[in-house]
Amino acid sequence: MQLGRVIGTVVATECYEGLEGVNFLLVEPLDKELQPAGEPVVAADGVHMAGPGEVVYFVASREAALACPETFVPVDHAIVGIADAVEDA
Amino acid sequence: MKIGRVVKTVVSTIHNPLFEDRRLLLCDYLGTDGKPTGDYTIAVDNVDAGAGEVVLILDEGNSARQMLGKEPDGAVRAVVAGIVDELVVEGAVVVRDGDVLE
Repeated sequence: MQLGRVIGTVVATECYEGLEGVNFLLVEPLDKELQPAGEPVVAADGVHMAGPGEVVYFVASREAALACPETFVPVDHAIVGIADAVEDA
Repeated sequence: MKIGRVVKTVVSTIHNPLFEDRRLLLCDYLGTDGKPTGDYTIAVDNVDAGAGEVVLILDEGNSARQMLGKEPDGAVRAVVAGIVDELVVEGAVVVRDGDVLE
Protein backbone atom coordinates (compact mmCIF):
# COMPACT_ATOMS: atom_id res chain seq x y z
CA MET A 1 0.00 0.00 0.00
CA GLN A 2 1.06 3.56 -0.62
CA LEU A 3 0.21 6.91 0.89
CA GLY A 4 -1.72 9.43 -1.15
CA ARG A 5 -3.52 12.72 -0.88
CA VAL A 6 -7.00 13.17 -2.27
CA ILE A 7 -6.82 16.08 -4.69
CA GLY A 8 -10.12 15.76 -6.50
CA THR A 9 -13.31 13.91 -7.19
CA VAL A 10 -14.32 12.06 -10.33
CA VAL A 11 -17.90 11.71 -11.48
CA ALA A 12 -18.73 9.02 -14.02
CA THR A 13 -22.42 8.57 -14.73
CA GLU A 14 -21.79 5.83 -17.25
CA CYS A 15 -19.68 3.10 -15.72
CA TYR A 16 -19.18 -0.63 -15.69
CA GLU A 17 -21.87 -2.76 -14.12
CA GLY A 18 -21.16 -3.21 -10.42
CA LEU A 19 -19.51 0.18 -10.00
CA GLU A 20 -22.72 2.07 -9.36
CA GLY A 21 -22.50 3.88 -6.05
CA VAL A 22 -18.71 3.62 -5.87
CA ASN A 23 -17.07 7.02 -5.38
CA PHE A 24 -13.97 7.75 -7.39
CA LEU A 25 -11.34 10.15 -6.15
CA LEU A 26 -8.23 11.60 -7.73
CA VAL A 27 -5.31 10.61 -5.52
CA GLU A 28 -1.78 11.98 -5.71
CA PRO A 29 0.77 9.40 -4.48
CA LEU A 30 2.99 10.60 -1.63
CA ASP A 31 6.40 9.57 -0.36
CA LYS A 32 6.93 8.77 3.30
CA GLU A 33 7.54 12.45 4.09
CA LEU A 34 4.10 13.17 2.58
CA GLN A 35 5.59 14.93 -0.42
CA PRO A 36 4.05 14.32 -3.87
CA ALA A 37 5.62 11.36 -5.65
CA GLY A 38 4.28 10.43 -9.03
CA GLU A 39 1.30 10.95 -11.26
CA PRO A 40 -2.19 11.07 -9.74
CA VAL A 41 -4.42 8.01 -10.09
CA VAL A 42 -8.17 7.57 -9.97
CA ALA A 43 -8.99 5.38 -6.99
CA ALA A 44 -12.23 3.88 -5.76
CA ASP A 45 -13.10 5.04 -2.26
CA GLY A 46 -13.28 1.79 -0.31
CA VAL A 47 -14.01 3.56 2.99
CA HIS A 48 -16.77 5.87 1.66
CA MET A 49 -15.49 8.70 3.86
CA ALA A 50 -12.39 10.06 2.18
CA GLY A 51 -12.52 13.60 0.84
CA PRO A 52 -10.32 16.22 -0.80
CA GLY A 53 -7.20 17.17 1.17
CA GLU A 54 -7.09 14.00 3.22
CA VAL A 55 -4.08 11.74 3.47
CA VAL A 56 -5.12 8.19 2.71
CA TYR A 57 -3.51 4.87 1.95
CA PHE A 58 -4.49 2.85 -1.05
CA VAL A 59 -4.02 -0.62 -2.41
CA ALA A 60 -3.17 -1.20 -6.07
CA SER A 61 -3.74 -3.99 -8.58
CA ARG A 62 -6.37 -6.73 -8.41
CA GLU A 63 -6.71 -6.31 -4.64
CA ALA A 64 -8.25 -2.87 -5.20
CA ALA A 65 -11.45 -4.42 -6.56
CA LEU A 66 -11.78 -6.41 -3.33
CA ALA A 67 -12.29 -3.16 -1.44
CA CYS A 68 -15.45 -2.45 -3.46
CA PRO A 69 -18.96 -3.72 -2.59
CA GLU A 70 -18.94 -5.81 -5.78
CA THR A 71 -15.56 -7.53 -5.90
CA PHE A 72 -15.40 -8.56 -9.56
CA VAL A 73 -15.11 -5.08 -11.00
CA PRO A 74 -12.49 -3.33 -13.12
CA VAL A 75 -10.74 -1.23 -10.48
CA ASP A 76 -6.96 -0.96 -10.05
CA HIS A 77 -6.56 1.45 -7.13
CA ALA A 78 -8.72 1.66 -4.02
CA ILE A 79 -8.49 3.71 -0.85
CA VAL A 80 -8.60 1.34 2.13
CA GLY A 81 -7.99 3.80 4.97
CA ILE A 82 -7.59 7.41 6.03
CA ALA A 83 -4.26 8.18 7.68
CA ASP A 84 -4.64 10.25 10.87
CA ALA A 85 -0.89 10.32 11.32
CA VAL A 86 2.27 8.84 9.88
CA GLU A 87 4.65 8.72 12.81
CA ASP A 88 7.95 7.19 13.78
CA ALA A 89 7.54 3.52 14.64
CA MET B 1 9.36 -11.46 -0.95
CA LYS B 2 11.51 -8.39 -0.40
CA ILE B 3 13.70 -7.12 2.39
CA GLY B 4 12.61 -3.95 4.13
CA ARG B 5 13.07 -1.93 7.28
CA VAL B 6 10.31 -0.62 9.53
CA VAL B 7 10.53 3.18 9.64
CA LYS B 8 7.09 4.52 10.52
CA THR B 9 3.59 3.47 11.48
CA VAL B 10 0.37 4.68 9.92
CA VAL B 11 -2.28 5.61 12.47
CA SER B 12 -5.78 5.26 11.12
CA THR B 13 -9.24 5.13 12.66
CA ILE B 14 -11.26 4.99 9.46
CA HIS B 15 -10.18 1.95 7.50
CA ASN B 16 -11.25 -1.25 5.84
CA PRO B 17 -12.48 -3.69 8.57
CA LEU B 18 -9.64 -5.93 7.51
CA PHE B 19 -7.16 -3.70 9.36
CA GLU B 20 -9.03 -3.74 12.68
CA ASP B 21 -6.57 -4.33 15.52
CA ARG B 22 -3.69 -4.58 13.07
CA ARG B 23 -0.64 -2.37 12.89
CA LEU B 24 0.30 -0.79 9.60
CA LEU B 25 4.02 -0.47 9.16
CA LEU B 26 5.62 1.87 6.68
CA CYS B 27 8.72 0.05 5.50
CA ASP B 28 11.62 1.19 3.32
CA TYR B 29 12.69 -1.40 0.82
CA LEU B 30 16.37 -2.27 1.19
CA GLY B 31 18.84 -3.09 -1.54
CA THR B 32 21.42 -5.88 -1.30
CA ASP B 33 23.77 -3.40 0.37
CA GLY B 34 21.26 -2.88 3.16
CA LYS B 35 20.58 0.70 2.12
CA PRO B 36 17.08 2.05 1.35
CA THR B 37 16.24 1.94 -2.34
CA GLY B 38 13.97 4.99 -2.07
CA ASP B 39 10.80 2.95 -2.47
CA TYR B 40 8.53 2.09 0.41
CA THR B 41 5.36 0.18 1.12
CA ILE B 42 2.77 0.09 3.85
CA ALA B 43 2.41 -3.48 5.07
CA VAL B 44 0.18 -5.15 7.63
CA ASP B 45 2.17 -6.44 10.60
CA ASN B 46 1.84 -10.14 11.20
CA VAL B 47 4.93 -10.82 13.30
CA ASP B 48 5.03 -7.99 15.89
CA ALA B 49 7.87 -6.24 14.14
CA GLY B 50 9.28 -3.16 15.83
CA ALA B 51 10.84 0.14 14.83
CA GLY B 52 14.04 -0.15 12.85
CA GLU B 53 13.83 -3.90 12.40
CA VAL B 54 14.77 -5.51 9.13
CA VAL B 55 11.81 -7.51 7.92
CA LEU B 56 10.60 -9.77 5.13
CA ILE B 57 7.82 -8.15 3.15
CA LEU B 58 5.42 -10.23 1.15
CA ASP B 59 3.67 -8.26 -1.59
CA GLU B 60 1.23 -10.72 -3.09
CA GLY B 61 -2.49 -10.78 -2.46
CA ASN B 62 -3.34 -14.46 -2.17
CA SER B 63 -0.53 -15.18 0.28
CA ALA B 64 -1.39 -12.06 2.25
CA ARG B 65 -5.04 -13.08 2.58
CA GLN B 66 -4.00 -16.58 3.59
CA MET B 67 -1.68 -15.24 6.32
CA LEU B 68 -4.31 -12.87 7.71
CA GLY B 69 -7.17 -15.36 7.38
CA LYS B 70 -9.05 -12.97 5.11
CA GLU B 71 -9.80 -15.27 2.19
CA PRO B 72 -11.28 -14.91 -0.33
CA ASP B 73 -11.88 -11.17 -0.52
CA GLY B 74 -9.60 -9.20 1.77
CA ALA B 75 -8.28 -6.10 0.02
CA VAL B 76 -4.73 -6.62 1.18
CA ARG B 77 -1.47 -7.25 -0.64
CA ALA B 78 1.54 -6.35 1.52
CA VAL B 79 2.24 -8.13 4.80
CA VAL B 80 5.27 -8.17 7.07
CA ALA B 81 5.90 -11.90 7.06
CA GLY B 82 9.11 -12.24 9.06
CA ILE B 83 11.93 -10.57 10.94
CA VAL B 84 15.35 -10.93 9.36
CA ASP B 85 18.06 -12.08 11.76
CA GLU B 86 20.84 -12.35 9.25
CA LEU B 87 21.33 -11.51 5.60
CA VAL B 88 24.42 -12.64 3.73
CA VAL B 89 25.07 -11.37 0.21
CA GLU B 90 27.91 -12.93 -1.76
CA GLY B 91 29.61 -14.01 1.44
CA ALA B 92 29.35 -10.65 3.18
CA VAL B 93 27.08 -10.19 6.17
CA VAL B 94 24.73 -7.27 5.48
CA VAL B 95 22.31 -7.74 8.37
CA ARG B 96 23.05 -9.29 11.74
CA ASP B 97 20.66 -9.63 14.68
CA GLY B 98 18.10 -7.53 12.86
CA ASP B 99 20.40 -4.55 12.29
CA VAL B 100 21.96 -3.35 9.06
CA LEU B 101 25.74 -3.40 9.40
CA GLU B 102 27.60 -0.28 8.28
